[in-house]
Amino acid sequence: MNKSRTFLFYMFILPWLIGFFIFTAGPMIYSLYMSFTDYSGLGAANWVGIENYKKIFSEDPLFWQSLWNTLFYTILGVPLGLVVGYLLAVLLNAKVKFMGVFRTIFYLPSLVPTVASSLLWILIFQPDFGIANAVLSFLHLPTSNWLLSEEMVKPALIIMSLWGAGGGMVIYLAGLQSVPASLYEAAELDGAGKLRKFWHVTVPMTSNVIFFNLIMGLIGSFQVFTQAYVVSSGNGGPNYKSLFYVFYLYQDAFKFFKMGYASALAWILFIIILIFTLIQFKVFGKKVYYEFDE
Amino acid sequence: MELTEAKVDSKIRVKKERSIKKVRIIERIATYALLVGLSIVFIFPFLWLLGTSVKPESEALTFPPTILPKEWKFSNYQDVFTMVSFGKYYWNSIIVTLMTVVGTVVSSTIVAYGFARIKAKGSNFWFILLLATMMLPPQVTMIPVYMIFSKLGWVNTFLPLIVPHFFGSAYFIFLLRQFFKTIPKELEESAYLDGCSTFGIFWRIILPLSVPAVITVALLSFMWAWNDFLGPLIYLNDDSMYTLALGILQFKGALIISWGPMMAASVLIILPLIILFFVGQKYFIQGIATTGGKG
Repeated sequence: MNKSRTFLFYMFILPWLIGFFIFTAGPMIYSLYMSFTDYSGLGAANWVGIENYKKIFSEDPLFWQSLWNTLFYTILGVPLGLVVGYLLAVLLNAKVKFMGVFRTIFYLPSLVPTVASSLLWILIFQPDFGIANAVLSFLHLPTSNWLLSEEMVKPALIIMSLWGAGGGMVIYLAGLQSVPASLYEAAELDGAGKLRKFWHVTVPMTSNVIFFNLIMGLIGSFQVFTQAYVVSSGNGGPNYKSLFYVFYLYQDAFKFFKMGYASALAWILFIIILIFTLIQFKVFGKKVYYEFDE
Repeated sequence: MELTEAKVDSKIRVKKERSIKKVRIIERIATYALLVGLSIVFIFPFLWLLGTSVKPESEALTFPPTILPKEWKFSNYQDVFTMVSFGKYYWNSIIVTLMTVVGTVVSSTIVAYGFARIKAKGSNFWFILLLATMMLPPQVTMIPVYMIFSKLGWVNTFLPLIVPHFFGSAYFIFLLRQFFKTIPKELEESAYLDGCSTFGIFWRIILPLSVPAVITVALLSFMWAWNDFLGPLIYLNDDSMYTLALGILQFKGALIISWGPMMAASVLIILPLIILFFVGQKYFIQGIATTGGKG
C-alpha cells in the first residue's frame, strides 16, 4: 500500500520532475561549467578557469555600470512601489460606494503588456510634445529630456513602474481584509487614533503580505529588461545609463555570443539575489506576523 | 438640579454625536477626493493612448498635447494591418499563448494534486526543491536551455516558447496545491470506498471543485505568455514568426515612429487582456489574493 502510494506520488509529479532535470538542474550545472569556459555558441568550449570572473570584476566597466543601474532602480523603485501599492490598498479598503470601479482603475495599468506600456511612456516622455513636460511647464517647473537624459532615464523608468503599482495592491487588499475587526475595536477602547491604529494594528498584521511583495519586487527588479530594451531601442542608452544587469547579460550572450562570459554574469546575479533575499529574511523575517503558519 | 444636569448631559452627547458625524462626512469627502484625483492620474495615460490612436500624425506631435483629436483618423486601425503584418503577429501570439495556457493548466494541476494529496516518502524534499526554484533567476538556465533548443533545431519555431510549459511551472503548482489542500478529505475517502481510482478522484472531484483556482492559473499564464518579450526575442528570427510583443516594435524605426498606428496597435494588444480581466475578474482577484496571503 505504502509503496504503491509512493509510486503514485511520483507518477503525478513526473511532468515537473522531468522538467526540473531538463530545464533547471541540468542547465544549472552546465551553466556553471560554461562560466569557466570561453564558449561562443559555436565550436568548442575551452576551459579558462576563473578568467571570466576575474575579467568581470577587474576590467569590465559595463558590468559595474549595469550593476549600479540595477541597484539604483531597485533601491529607489522597490520601496516606492511598495509604499504606493500599500497606500492605494489602504485607500481602496475604505467602505465607500463605487469601490469596484476604483479598484479596477488602479489595477488596469498592471494588465498592460510591458512592451505596450513602454511605447506609451516613450510618447509621454517625449521632450518636445510629451504630456510629462506639458504638466511640468504648466506648473512652471523645469522640463526634462527624460529618456534621452543620462540623469533622468532611470527615474523615468521608475515612474513608469509606479504606474503599474496596482499589481501588488490586490495582494495587500487581501491582507488588509483578513485583519480581524476585533483588534481595531480593542485599540479604539485603548483610545488609539487613526494613525496609531494604522501603525500598531494594520501594518504589523499585514507584515506577511508586505514581506511577500518585498521579496517578489526585489527579484523582479533585478530582472528588469523589456522596458529598458524598448525605450533605448535595444542599446541601453543614453551612454549605458539604462543598461540594466540582465540587459547586459542578454547582449553578451545573444548579440556578442560570449556565452561563457554571460554564464558567469548569470551566476553572479544569482548570488547577489540570494544574498539580498537572505538579508531580508534575517532583517524582517522574525518580525513578520504569520497567520497561516501550518 | 438633577433634571438640569441630565439635560446638560444629553446636550453634550448630542453635540459630540454631531461632531463625530461631521468628522465622518469630512473623512468621506476626503476619501472620494483622493480616489477621484488618483484615478485621473492613473487613467490619464490610457486616455492619451486612446486619443493618440485616432489622431493624424500631425496632431500626435502638437504641443501642448491634446486628448481628443480635432480630426478623427480611425484609419490608423486599418494602417496597423497594412503597414506591418499585424494580423500574422496576432495569430502567432494567439497560438503561442493558447498552447502555453493548455500546457500550464494540464501539467500544473496534475503535479499540484500529487503534492497536495498523496503522502509519500520524499514528497517534502521535492516540494522544498520546487519552492527553491522560484528563487532562481531564469537567466542562469537561459543559455544552456537555448543551446538545447538550438541543437534540436527548434530555434525560429514556437516550440521553445510552448514546450517548457508542459512540464508545470513552480508558481502555479504552488498556487494550486494551496487551493487543493482546502478541499475536505472526506470527499476523497468516500469516493475511494466507491471504488474510484486516484486519477478518477482528481478528475471527477478535485478539478470540478477547483474551477476558480484553475481559471486564475489560466488567466495569469495567458497574461504572461501574451506579455512575454525576452523569449520571442531570443528564439524568433523571421519576422513572419514574430509575436505581438516583437511585431509592434516594427512601428518604431530608429528615427521615425508612426505614433498613431503604433498606439492603435497597442490598444489592440491590450484589448484581449482587458476583456479577459472583466470576464474572470471575480476569480482572478480571489486567486491572486490567496497566493499572496499565504506567502
